[in-house]
Amino acid sequence: MCLAVPGRIIEISGEMALVDVQGNRTRISCVLTPDARPNDWVLVHAGFAISQLDERLARETWDFLDSSGRDSAADVEGHRGF
Amino acid sequence: MASDVSDLVSDVSESVERIGRRVQLMEVCGTHTVSIFRHGLRSLLPEGLRLVSGPGCPVCVTAQRHIDAAIELARRSGVVIATYGDMVRVPGRCGSLEEQRGAGADVRVVWSARSALELAVRHPQRPVVFLAVGFETTAPATAAVVLEAVRRSVENFFILAAHKLVVPAMLALLEGGSVPLDGFLCPGHVSVVTGSRAYAPVVERFSIPCVIAGFEPHDIVRAIAALVRQVEVGEARIENLYPVAVTASGNHVAQTFLDRVFRVCDAPWLALGVIRESGLELRPEFEWFDALPRFGIELGADVDSPACRCGEVIQGKVMPEECELFGAGCTPLRPVGPCMVSSEGTCSAWYKYRAAMPVHRRPVGTKQPMGPVGLKLLTEPGMCAQPARGSRS
Amino acid sequence: MTRVQAHARSVERIVRAHGGGGELMNRFLVDHVLVRLGNAKLNELTDGAVLESPTARLVFTTDSYVVQPLEFPGGGIGRLAVCGTVNDLAVMGGRPLGLSLGLIVEEGFELDRLDRLLDSIAVAAGEAAVDVVTGDTKVVERQNGDGLYINTAGVAALDDSVQLGFAFVRPGDAVVINGTIGDHGLAVLSVREGLEFDTTLESDAAPLNGLIQRVLGAGVRVRFMRDATRGGLAAVLADVAERSGWSVEIEESEIPCRPATRAAAELLGLDLLHVANEGKVVMVIDGDDVERCLSVLREHSYGRRSAAIGRVTDSQPPLVELMTRVGGRRIVARPYGEDLPRIC
Repeated sequence: MCLAVPGRIIEISGEMALVDVQGNRTRISCVLTPDARPNDWVLVHAGFAISQLDERLARETWDFLDSSGRDSAADVEGHRGF
Repeated sequence: MASDVSDLVSDVSESVERIGRRVQLMEVCGTHTVSIFRHGLRSLLPEGLRLVSGPGCPVCVTAQRHIDAAIELARRSGVVIATYGDMVRVPGRCGSLEEQRGAGADVRVVWSARSALELAVRHPQRPVVFLAVGFETTAPATAAVVLEAVRRSVENFFILAAHKLVVPAMLALLEGGSVPLDGFLCPGHVSVVTGSRAYAPVVERFSIPCVIAGFEPHDIVRAIAALVRQVEVGEARIENLYPVAVTASGNHVAQTFLDRVFRVCDAPWLALGVIRESGLELRPEFEWFDALPRFGIELGADVDSPACRCGEVIQGKVMPEECELFGAGCTPLRPVGPCMVSSEGTCSAWYKYRAAMPVHRRPVGTKQPMGPVGLKLLTEPGMCAQPARGSRS
Repeated sequence: MTRVQAHARSVERIVRAHGGGGELMNRFLVDHVLVRLGNAKLNELTDGAVLESPTARLVFTTDSYVVQPLEFPGGGIGRLAVCGTVNDLAVMGGRPLGLSLGLIVEEGFELDRLDRLLDSIAVAAGEAAVDVVTGDTKVVERQNGDGLYINTAGVAALDDSVQLGFAFVRPGDAVVINGTIGDHGLAVLSVREGLEFDTTLESDAAPLNGLIQRVLGAGVRVRFMRDATRGGLAAVLADVAERSGWSVEIEESEIPCRPATRAAAELLGLDLLHVANEGKVVMVIDGDDVERCLSVLREHSYGRRSAAIGRVTDSQPPLVELMTRVGGRRIVARPYGEDLPRIC
């Protein structure tokens, strides 16, 4: 019932993962999604991954996701609206 | 995107027309409340559809006694309060955590429960109390952090347990029978944890459709269209329109964590009273972490301002404008009740966004629009005859 | 080398005597401040700087800077202190003549860190082509040893031809902004305790006097300008509507925004319209001058992503309305205070 955003796991170390949310990287716990692996997409809420996401469905659901998850020059120049 | 949404809105309008009476839906998620207002969705929906905001904002439904306990803890010398930002401005009987911070209390906003634990690890000489509020989306994080505290033998970390469960509140509302509802827009992220089948009792006992929705504007309108379609054909079933993240059975690992650390208990909800089996309390083996006995604090009784109608608002019985205090003694700057404090509260969202509604939608008898910009309030704050909830000098 | 000089060189932190007005403070000013910020006027170290103004009217402003943490991606308190005051002068249509710099430093503050801060002030002042002409240093009692507050004031020349104000705003005017919103506030949050995240976001702190003078010089009929600092774009637009008595309508899909900024705001539950900026000016201009204004702005490095985001209308009562990207409408209100990161 809360704010959660999709992110891509960059690396995992034990229970903690570095996740990329559109160019913002933060460390979150994967203790609630123990099957998550690097390059998987997860739903991030309050410092935890609460669900794994199917990548294709994620792109359909959140239309602002770009392919790499990082700002590309094209994104920076071309993006409008929020 | 806009054309998809406008197609869906047409579907909704046509459906509502065919139904031939007013359709009333309730959304039970504060994040849905905000998203609906932020994208201006109400301005798109037809007049025959009334979208009511239910008790879905965990801040709004946190009982005053828990706020007061948090404030009492904040006043204890040396205690560090770690809290989600949502809680900082909620007024208790004696002000808010924000005001306590001004008076010298150590109140820190954290984004994650883990940050609260890390605070405790970094300051072993000081007790750190984490305000554990939120619904099923957030409670597993608290459970995980309690278990981590055990593993790491952290002895100065405590929680004020105030988590709540959504479905029992929905059922209590329906049992009360005072709010006619045609359907529920169900919270996508709670459902990630609980699974879509959690809403089975609502559908089976009350024959009310439940559609689980994500938070993008397109998702929400699509879910509304699905609800209205069910109403039109007389169906009442669970529909999961957030399959990217929600399954039928939910996140087992999260559920296991919850079950390990917490057990279900009766819980006080603001202005709704005590709802059976709607809260989470620490299991006996984790009682060490309970801040209340540790600091010798007893939960007091709730004392709601007699004029404050937050309880009715969060049940959907009353629209914010129908509350006499709305905009007249209760504003986002000087809130009386939590519906106005929380950025997700119905009244707060209403106050900020409502003037975008077409004129004919405004309830009859409303005074001049009290939008937030450039308009005088009809009474100045503080002139309200009723005592404000929580003394705010 | 005298004993006092030797003493000064071995001190690595600020001590009370640095604010004492004596030899230690003098050495600090000469060896640390003048070396970086020095100019003819400041070097005299007189009680006040004498300025000559080419115009009869002057703009005078002051601001204090208390941001924590002191350094963040894309800037720090030093850069803010210069840009904030320069921009206040610039949005009034002024051409800065000089700044004052008041430092309040906590005993125990590391001198190296202070040097870096002074460097950043020098760089920002250089970009703005304005000098720090006078200043003051005070040292206060130690708390954690890392506290620093800055006050800057500024004076600017104001040409007679400049006529700006809410009273000039009228229906049909256009609302223009020089770039993406929310970058500063989120960059600062990204390094705040409890919220740390690594990001490509950087503060947009920048002196806008050059940019604004170009727009004025190109003959764009500007009614009103304000920089969108605390309270964000929402606060500026609320001011315009409230004080001019006209409504403002903006298009969400036209508001420039970086994807990483939007994602960071989502992550923390913040409304981008409320987030502070330190290098953004909102201009209300004659509706027929939009093309010219945008083309001048976009030629400048601080205006590449400029956009026309809305219009002033005669709708009553005066409100700020946002047309959302899905075709809905909603009101934009002034934020309560500082938006706090939420989970819900």
